[in-house]
Amino acid sequence: MIPVPISIAGAISSFLLVLFVLELIRKRRLRERYAMLWLASGVALLVLSIWRSGENTIASWFGVQTYPPAVLFAVATLFILLVLLDYSTVISKLADQNVILAQRLALLESELRDERAGES
Amino acid sequence: MADVVAEAREVDPRLARLKRLAIVPALNEEGGVPRVIDEIRAFDPEIEIVVVDDGSRDRTSEVAASCGAHVLRLPFNLGIGGAVQTGFRYAFENGFELAVRVDGDGQHDASQLGLLLEPVLSGEADISVGSRFAGIAGYRSSRGRHIANRIFAGTASLVTRQRVTDPSSGFQALNRRAIALFAADYPHEFPEVEATVMVARHRLRRVEVPVAMRERQAGRSSIGLVRSIYFMTKVLLALFVGLFRRNVVPMEDR
Repeated sequence: MIPVPISIAGAISSFLLVLFVLELIRKRRLRERYAMLWLASGVALLVLSIWRSGENTIASWFGVQTYPPAVLFAVATLFILLVLLDYSTVISKLADQNVILAQRLALLESELRDERAGES
Repeated sequence: MADVVAEAREVDPRLARLKRLAIVPALNEEGGVPRVIDEIRAFDPEIEIVVVDDGSRDRTSEVAASCGAHVLRLPFNLGIGGAVQTGFRYAFENGFELAVRVDGDGQHDASQLGLLLEPVLSGEADISVGSRFAGIAGYRSSRGRHIANRIFAGTASLVTRQRVTDPSSGFQALNRRAIALFAADYPHEFPEVEATVMVARHRLRRVEVPVAMRERQAGRSSIGLVRSIYFMTKVLLALFVGLFRRNVVPMEDR
């Protein structure tokens, strides 16, 4: 069975994570788009921490008999990977847009120069 | 006066009819760019020349402008792919029917533009690529580069089912169709190899022309082993994934 202190610590910390993410959204320091995965991880960890028999069942599915709380770590790690991969896609998109902006700027600047040269 | 007449007569009439552009990507080449511009003008005095300054820290832009080239100055370094694509976008948006790319580091010999342009002018190809390995011998390169090129050439030939001997050559001539494609989508860091595959997938006709290239005049780009391996992996990954990608729509068809 899962040690009670671990369940309590897990529940409190995941609850704090959810609260913190909500607070960041409220202060407009985090866009909802990027908060979704964090909230999902917080809620998943919270549910697993509180619902102790469920965590035990899942652990037994995967044959984790010696230390069921390992399921918590596994789920947390999975979500961290998801968040990081999501960020990589976001960075790639920003980099692509950055290239287009730089190219447009160069083209517009040259047009502006031409027009000014034509005027004078 | 006699000189001008003689030069004007040298320009191929098929070429003289077209609105044509030379795209010269340059990074920190204030020393080399004037010569490149002069050589292009020696081949074709009427061609418009656009120098894409890829975030140089020296006076590349000023020098190019004072030589009478049109300058597109990028606010920061995009890498060769992003720089060249800026030129393609300029060509596309200003209605150019033909573009050649001649690198600002002087490794492409503009006196061979006639050879390079022939397949495009005759309508045989949409894109013509100057190849260092298709005939004329004498291009020396380091063993690492040579091996990398062989691997790329083999992969590109296999993927496109055409004979590709120099997939990383940037010495190219393009018609309007090819310009429209590259204006819409062009690969980044090490673009030519991937572009070879893009061209094949869009069923553009690519022809290689044997040319001689010069060793870089200045600013030797020595890519280290780690970076070479990085580039190799990156390009092969891009080739592989590119096979499973839906084709982009060229600018004109949008």
